[in-house]
Amino acid sequence: MALYRAHVLVCGGTGCVSSGSEGVLTALKERIAAKKLDNEVMVVPTGCHGMCEMGPIVVVYPEGVFYCRVTPEDAQEIVEEHLFKGRRVERLLYKESETLKGVPNYKDIPFYSKQVRVALRNCGYINPDNIEEYIVRDGYAALTKVLTEMQPADVIAEVKTSGLRGRGGGGFPTGLKWEFCARAAGDKKYVICNADEGDPGAFMDRSILEGDPHAILEGLLIGGYAMGADEAYIYCRAEYPLAIKRLQRAIEQAKEYGLLGDNILDSGFSFDVHIKEGAGAFVCGEETALMASIEGQRGMPRPRPPFPANKGLWAKPTNINNVETWANVPTIIRNGGAWYAAMGTEKSKGTKVFALTGKINHTGLVEVPMGLTIREVVFDLGGGILGGKKFKAVQIGGPSGGCLTEEHLDLPISYESLTAAGAIMGSGGLVVMDEETCMVDVAKFFLEFTQAESCGKCVPCREGTKQMLLMLNKITSGEGTLEDLDTLEELALMVKEMSLCGLGQTAPNPVLTTLRYFRDEYEAHIVEKRCPAGACSALLRYIIDPERCRRCGLCAKACPVSCISGDRQTPYVIDQDKCIKCGACYEKCPFDAIDRR
Amino acid sequence: MPRIKSLEDLKKIKENAKDLTSARSEGKTRVVIGMGTCGIAAGARKVMDAVLAELEKRGLHDVTVETTGCIGMCQQEPLLDVIRAGQGRITYGKVEPEDVPRIIADHVVNGTIVQDKVIGRAD
Ligand SMILES: Cc1cc2nc3c(=O)[nH]c(=O)nc-3n(C[C@H](O)[C@H](O)[C@H](O)COP(=O)(O)O)c2cc1C
Repeated sequence: MALYRAHVLVCGGTGCVSSGSEGVLTALKERIAAKKLDNEVMVVPTGCHGMCEMGPIVVVYPEGVFYCRVTPEDAQEIVEEHLFKGRRVERLLYKESETLKGVPNYKDIPFYSKQVRVALRNCGYINPDNIEEYIVRDGYAALTKVLTEMQPADVIAEVKTSGLRGRGGGGFPTGLKWEFCARAAGDKKYVICNADEGDPGAFMDRSILEGDPHAILEGLLIGGYAMGADEAYIYCRAEYPLAIKRLQRAIEQAKEYGLLGDNILDSGFSFDVHIKEGAGAFVCGEETALMASIEGQRGMPRPRPPFPANKGLWAKPTNINNVETWANVPTIIRNGGAWYAAMGTEKSKGTKVFALTGKINHTGLVEVPMGLTIREVVFDLGGGILGGKKFKAVQIGGPSGGCLTEEHLDLPISYESLTAAGAIMGSGGLVVMDEETCMVDVAKFFLEFTQAESCGKCVPCREGTKQMLLMLNKITSGEGTLEDLDTLEELALMVKEMSLCGLGQTAPNPVLTTLRYFRDEYEAHIVEKRCPAGACSALLRYIIDPERCRRCGLCAKACPVSCISGDRQTPYVIDQDKCIKCGACYEKCPFDAIDRR
Repeated sequence: MPRIKSLEDLKKIKENAKDLTSARSEGKTRVVIGMGTCGIAAGARKVMDAVLAELEKRGLHDVTVETTGCIGMCQQEPLLDVIRAGQGRITYGKVEPEDVPRIIADHVVNGTIVQDKVIGRAD
């Protein structure tokens, strides 16, 4: 095999593909061939680096130089300057801010330097379509170890030692769940990978599936051996076509290499993996609904017990784990449970991937040890608030998480601490909000999502979320009463208490936490008929100041509902009853004579 | 592709495929070749070819080859640096393709600096 002195890694995650990385890959290959460097420089498509906002991302090894927002036109300069002459292309380097010098090296960028990558260890580093690159990174060594040296019970003991807990939201101890399934009576068992990833804004599972599909297969194989299952399903949302393609490719390759199929490694253990495309509903991510969906039924949750460990898919003992949970398994087996348990807090071990979004400088995926504070994640890794504005709140745990405030900035992140504060770990979504965000509006936004996704099977969730939403609408349009706040809280607690599945049990979280930490904002909407953040349009008033008005009439011309009257003699006025608060007059007025309150 | 039947099979594949990712790991001996206009004019391309050929011939996986721009010693080009753990950065000047096997064998592999070609040292 030829020795390649340089490797050019081009991100092929969904984020970078949509910003044009495939064109960059082609252009780089062309320029490299034109310079006759194709025998010494290799171009490698990889999975996601997590910094999607800066994409398309290109990393050049051996130096580890990190280029961002690369276009096909930049290919020539990268090849001629960097690869041929050894001069970095300064203008494409990552910059902490516009005024600062570029940071040449991957590992020196603050976004990466604080990360500890276990679940994401291969993402952005290997070519996911090449099983041998995975093997070079110790891939399938854990499977080999398990099949040749360990009894199923040893495997479960190792996972228990690691302290790994479910990364899909619930945080249930993984080893214990495996033990329940292993002990369940029955000779046919299943394992399932939950790749439905329904939380808006979360994309860690997609990145792992796209960037390191073999890690999932290896995790499932190890779990299958430990629990006595010979078949696995990966339930992947249909909106992830690239992930499905990479998984299919990985399954084919694993079969070719004898790592899936009958009598793997001559151990007598046989295992098969199927992919099932999701049906597009949020609730299908709930484990019992998911299994119903695989069986071809309508995806609706059912009461537990019986738990899947005893009666799961086709009524057989089944273990279901999240993508990120499975991705951690091979490394835990290779390095030992104690190694994993050495990271994190007392009860929340290891690392967790977070998806940073909202009003934050660096959006993207970060994997950090449990126990880091929210401040470290938002300010050190995330680079602080966009536009130098003030931090107001962070919504943790997806649509059913909760809003935490400035007083929680130094809270170490763990399952326990978040739950105590009224939020949840959830899948690890972290939406950052600045001072211009209205918290009532935020609660309404998330509730709109969960309300629409409620499957309707149980009354508290179906009717309760609907009534809560009506009350929030009433408040944001200035028609709420203080009694509504009490009713809202009471109803929220009831929905939380009485719903059948996790959807209803957590949907009230955004309402409850904003009521708890931002009650004054609710009261301002009700008592003063005012939205302090200026976000609720129904409470906005556009008023023309007669002193400043020069009677030009441009506002009246701009108004789409003709509710502004006046003429050359009389100052213009807005009919508040007809005004739709579109802001067109406000934008148009050349004399700044219109106030927005 | 032969099916993997044992730990040995897996190790074999891993060994054979090592080059696939070897340029991406850190902490290895580095060979840096000056590829500024001056270097190229003095024949740095041929030196590069010789380095790559020699490494391949010897099956050396844990050496990275980098390029660098002009460092202002144009009269000494082609320049070749070897950076080996514990020995700092040694710069060789007026390197001919014929010198390459010696530098690789003595310095890169065995850690013995090829004194007659050295023009600079740095930590
Ligand atoms: C409404 C709802 C949606 C869910 N969506 C997901 C999902 O998209 N992905 C996921 O892994 N778990 C999801 N879960 C959690 C699963 O029910 C289950 O707890 C999880 O797959 C178990 O795996 P873990 O122990 O590895 O976390 C959801 C739960 C509820 C109630």
